[in-house]
Amino acid sequence: MSRIKTLQSLFKRYRRPGDIVFAWFFFVLSIGLLTQITDQTAYRAGSSMMAQPRFWPAVSLVGMCFFAALHLVGSILSERIEGRWKEVILWLSVIEFAAWFVGYAYVVPIIGYLPATVLVSLLLVVRVGYRSRTILFSAVGVAIIIVLLFKTFLQVKMPAGQFYDSLPDGLRQIMLIYF
Amino acid sequence: MDNLLAGLELLARWDVLFALLVGSIGGVIIGAIPGVGPAVAIAILLPATFSMDPIVGLTMLLGIYGSSMYGGAIPAVLINTPGTAVNALTSYDGYPMTERGEAHRAVSLAYSASFWGGMFGIVCLILLSPVLAKIAPMFGSREIFLAALLGIILVILAHRGQIFAAGMLAMFGIFLQTIGLDAVTYTQRYTFEMTFLTSGINLIVVVLGLFALSQAFFLLTAPDEKPEAKPVIGKMSAGFKELLKHKRVATVASGFGVILGMIPGTGEFTAQFMSYTYAQKTSSTPEEFGKGSPEGLIASEAANNAVPAAAMIPLLALGIPGEALTAMMLSVFYVHNVIPGPQLFQNNIDLVYGLYIALLVLNIMVICFLMFSTNILTKIIRIPTRFLGVMILVLSLVGVYSLRNSLTDCMIGAAFGVFGLILKRLNLPIVPIILGMVLGGIMEVKLRSALPRLKTPLDMIDRPIAFIIFVMIIVVLALHIRTLIKEYRARQPQEDNAIHDSQTR
Repeated sequence: MSRIKTLQSLFKRYRRPGDIVFAWFFFVLSIGLLTQITDQTAYRAGSSMMAQPRFWPAVSLVGMCFFAALHLVGSILSERIEGRWKEVILWLSVIEFAAWFVGYAYVVPIIGYLPATVLVSLLLVVRVGYRSRTILFSAVGVAIIIVLLFKTFLQVKMPAGQFYDSLPDGLRQIMLIYF
Repeated sequence: MDNLLAGLELLARWDVLFALLVGSIGGVIIGAIPGVGPAVAIAILLPATFSMDPIVGLTMLLGIYGSSMYGGAIPAVLINTPGTAVNALTSYDGYPMTERGEAHRAVSLAYSASFWGGMFGIVCLILLSPVLAKIAPMFGSREIFLAALLGIILVILAHRGQIFAAGMLAMFGIFLQTIGLDAVTYTQRYTFEMTFLTSGINLIVVVLGLFALSQAFFLLTAPDEKPEAKPVIGKMSAGFKELLKHKRVATVASGFGVILGMIPGTGEFTAQFMSYTYAQKTSSTPEEFGKGSPEGLIASEAANNAVPAAAMIPLLALGIPGEALTAMMLSVFYVHNVIPGPQLFQNNIDLVYGLYIALLVLNIMVICFLMFSTNILTKIIRIPTRFLGVMILVLSLVGVYSLRNSLTDCMIGAAFGVFGLILKRLNLPIVPIILGMVLGGIMEVKLRSALPRLKTPLDMIDRPIAFIIFVMIIVVLALHIRTLIKEYRARQPQEDNAIHDSQTR
């Protein structure tokens, strides 16, 4: 018991709820990737070990397994912190915002950068609970400024929206180039 | 002198000066908003700078890097929330000063100490340059490999109390950069026969996911807050007079900043803690530290502002970034085919001096800007946090999507965003992943090019510099083991389950 207690003191620091879930996840991921090493990397006969294409994936994955195992031992030996599954549910809930981001990227080539940015900003501020007119107008304003700064002024590569093709001639040209 | 003039000539362009102005003022504003931080801003702006001239893009990013800590001191002092993670120690003494009605004194002291640290760092950089230009060519593949290895070891060991987590994340970073088609043997590595993985995982996509998107997710899922900061009344230049009374602390703290900034993997945090400890130990009023000591405030701010200039040393001279921000800047060099390293000092010395002068001008611009803008900045601090989260998410798309208009990149970025959020919620560091990716790539390339000259493993360290770096690696490891044993014998560490977002934004 005393041995475990002293080990605990060596391992246990700055922990938060859900630590052990992540420690298990990362350990299983590392082991899983390491088991694939012969399938996913090649071995060139005649080359030295360090010149093998397999060398660096092997070094990093063995290192990952080693440190992940120690991290897991640390988590197992530490006292349980309440709220583990509540924390995991919060991690999973973030997938919704990740989907918003991917959805935003998906609609840009369809409706165009400016309309997509204004729409997403507006919908997202409503989604996170804002209802005041000031915030809604600010969201639209900042969205327009972002488009003006990056697309109009800095000319970053953003695809033109298919929707722009249906606009009248003069306006279409402006929208295609600047928005 | 000729080099300095050449550097000056490189900067004497409207677009460069404009980029510097935008970068420095933008950096102060970004630094002043708690929850954004320079890493988020640089990650978002990176792809936009790829289409610019190298000097224009670099000065803009350098502007953000060098000035964000000035801005970060404002909320640290006024509302006890550091604007950037590295201003954490500033709030220890800055906020108690505000509480006892000395907000003006604290803010102006923070500015002047930051300026002192910033200028000290640049002067050291300029003075060290001739020495660097002589030493840098002595670094061949073996030396750079060993220096990168030392960097990885230091990054892991610098995360005290989280070494195993830092180790596994650094190794994960090294693994990530091996995915894709091997450039020498043209064989697939961990592509699982998926075409989008053949070209590898883009560093910028990972950076944007881990820093920007994860911060957006973090703010969107946390309760909404609207920080309130009261306006500061008084002349901001007043702090310079008081700083002169503590010039010893400011200079030593800046010295710590320069030395630790040069060493990959250590950076602002270690510099701050060391200089703060030094200031406390040598102070005539050590009991005041943590309760509103001007010396503590000066030590913290001078140390962290001396780091950006010093961090440019390993980046420019060896092509080795010491922390996440310089790792991001390295990609700007690569995009423009300007490869930092020993040859930069021989072929592009004007660019090196141009960057030094840019840093110098930037510090002057920032301090002038802060003299009249503090109260405007206190209004900017009041942006509600969830609204900020929405804006970071919208801005992140510019960074990820403009790279190559790929929806797959956005999905990978989003996945790293979720991963980054989990790391932030767990207090686990993000920086080792980024440095693992960058330094892992450098180690692989340099080891391969050194191999034909290695008959035995000992040949790796048969040159003076290589041997010195090898000894440094051994000493660092030995010192760490010694500290571990000492700590283990000394006392039981205290429980700490609160969220600490140091090194995550």
